[in-house]
Amino acid sequence: MSILDVRNLKKYYAAHRAVDDISFTIERGSIFGLLGPNGAGKTTLLRMITGIFYPDEGQLIFDGKPFKAEQDILHIGYMPEERGLYKKMKIGEQAVYLAQLKGLSKAEALEKVKQWFEKFEMQTWWNKKVEDLSKGMGQKLQFVTTVLHEPKLIILDEPFSGLDPVNANLIKEEIYQLAKRGSTVIFSTHRMEQVEEICDQIILVNKGKKILDGKVKDVKQQFKKHLFSVQTAENVTIPPSSHFQIVKAQGGERVLQITDGSSTNQVLEELIRKDIPILGFNEILPSLNDIFIQLVEGTNAVTRSFQQQPA
Amino acid sequence: MNKTLIIIQREFLSRVRKKTFLLSTILLPLFIFGLYALIIYFSVKGEDNIKVAIVDTKGQLDGKIKSDKGMEFFLLKDGDANSLDQDLKQKKYSGYIILPDSIGLRDSLVYNSRSNVGLMTQEKIESRLNKAIEKTSLEQLLAPGVTLATVDSNRAAIDLKVAKKDGKQGNAGFATALGFICGFLIYLVLFIYGTMVMRGVMEEKTNRIAEVMVSSVKPYQLMLGKIIGIGAVGLVQFIIWGVLMIGVQMLLPLFFPEAIDQATAAQGAMEVANASGKSGMISGIMSNLQSINFAFIVVIFIVYFLGGYLLYSSMFAAVGSAVNEDPQDAQQLMLPITMPIIFAFVIMTQAINNPDGGMAVFGSLFPLTSPIVMMARIPYGVPAWQLILSIALLIGGFFATTWLAAKIYRTGILMYGKKVTWKELWKWAIMKG
Repeated sequence: MSILDVRNLKKYYAAHRAVDDISFTIERGSIFGLLGPNGAGKTTLLRMITGIFYPDEGQLIFDGKPFKAEQDILHIGYMPEERGLYKKMKIGEQAVYLAQLKGLSKAEALEKVKQWFEKFEMQTWWNKKVEDLSKGMGQKLQFVTTVLHEPKLIILDEPFSGLDPVNANLIKEEIYQLAKRGSTVIFSTHRMEQVEEICDQIILVNKGKKILDGKVKDVKQQFKKHLFSVQTAENVTIPPSSHFQIVKAQGGERVLQITDGSSTNQVLEELIRKDIPILGFNEILPSLNDIFIQLVEGTNAVTRSFQQQPA
Repeated sequence: MNKTLIIIQREFLSRVRKKTFLLSTILLPLFIFGLYALIIYFSVKGEDNIKVAIVDTKGQLDGKIKSDKGMEFFLLKDGDANSLDQDLKQKKYSGYIILPDSIGLRDSLVYNSRSNVGLMTQEKIESRLNKAIEKTSLEQLLAPGVTLATVDSNRAAIDLKVAKKDGKQGNAGFATALGFICGFLIYLVLFIYGTMVMRGVMEEKTNRIAEVMVSSVKPYQLMLGKIIGIGAVGLVQFIIWGVLMIGVQMLLPLFFPEAIDQATAAQGAMEVANASGKSGMISGIMSNLQSINFAFIVVIFIVYFLGGYLLYSSMFAAVGSAVNEDPQDAQQLMLPITMPIIFAFVIMTQAINNPDGGMAVFGSLFPLTSPIVMMARIPYGVPAWQLILSIALLIGGFFATTWLAAKIYRTGILMYGKKVTWKELWKWAIMKG
């Protein structure tokens, strides 16, 4: 059963359609990537899922039931892009406070905070104030406060911005762990290499519309251009063939585009027949980045005129 | 636990635990009172051991001038400037006055001294001399068998109270002062705690925690929690001040038994009258306090304090939510809120002089001005229906502003980077959803 089912969600502002009829389904325990250029409507979409905005039209099914902000936000952990903490508040108290607002009792909250602080080696920070923390440390604390109450659905908007590789890895590891334990993670970003690495499923939105939906693997297959890389010794020449074209040649590496109707076996057969010593042969799949750029440029991304106001 | 309650708790505790709260609530009043006590102490102490020699060859002032520990008069039968100067040098006297043989009521005398003479000391010597000389000249007018004591006992001290037709009593002067003070306090409260709410909201916005918060709680819970939390801080602060004030005022006479009449004198050194006159005024105030129902005023004060605060603070919260980092924007957006407060203050000054005038009645009913204006009218007595209507309107007004402000707030706290105008705020307030 899916954890979240978004059906024909719409949110219109006076000037434009921030979210225009978007539907998708997220499987329980998966890591879901929400991609899109700036101003595509990601934040508005997430704000509707977290109960901050009401959709103009459409339905949200959370955990099998229609979404009711009042109760369901207790099972959601949201780390928005515009995030922050009370600067003058002590770190421990702050984490407990935020956990209490997610419905934990004070004792529960205290226990959970201690556990997480231990895990992230933050125990000594307890009585420090947030303003004394570095940006990275603050980010870690923010992550802890987001997942502290063991939400069923965790929404992370650009979770790695401002983190050094060590801490980014730590958080990434935690995201895997949370998913393994049954939490579902929505991961909103425009850093494609992270998405490729982490996400099971992605959707790409632009100008308020969904333009791509699927598993990362399938998407790559869908957008592949039948490119293959052949590694040979440097001085070997590959004669032209009806099965492929040489798109790029650099030293011993050639990039071949296989013509329609030909198979890799035919290509290899031909190369072997011509006695070309092959050192390596592998398919080149497009990176999500390429797909992203290809799709978005085609539709002319709008630059965000900064947080359009609802009207 | 209810989320709003958790928020109230944090807003309250985070402010009460601050050092500045301790400073402004306890130390500052103590410091002011301490300073005040010191001034009184020195003004009492400073006059100690003033010895005034009066050369009165004819014995005109015999037994008529009042001496006490602080100021002693020595009536000398003879003496001249030279020998007295010597005495001054040896510090036998602080100063001397040479009376002419026959002293008139409008004469001027010279007080010779080697040290500086304070204004209060000078006034005191003057008033004692005047009294003595008055007695001397009065004595000559007395019919046989009438003594000065008889005359003194016939001094009148009328206390004029104003009785209105409906039977309420009051002293105009005192009611004016009390009304003004109460109205002024509420005026201050609205500004101080209103801007505190505004700054709190701005803090949430600039720290970028607003969106984190509204993913856990509803925006109106966040706003209401902040408003109530800060209101509680204000209430606690007022209670502490009240207790301190009463406490210090009760302790003061213990430390300085003789200071009580001089305490009032210290405030206006220019018009030091005789001691008996001053204590008469104090007892006058006391009797006035009894003639006005004090408990009633305190209750009404708290009602309007809370009502006014709640009414305005939600608007301050709305403004806070709309501005970005720039405090100048806040100034601009605050203007429409501060205007009615200032306007109310102006009406109040009118209402004090004419508590039942049309403007005063309107001002004390209209919810934006009533917290301030009504306080000025209360000591004079206000018809019950007006009071009830005014409070009902205030509560209604509070719901209206909070409802509108919550809508502005909801949109405003998630809005970054854009300068907002009142027109837009209005649009947010009336939009549906």
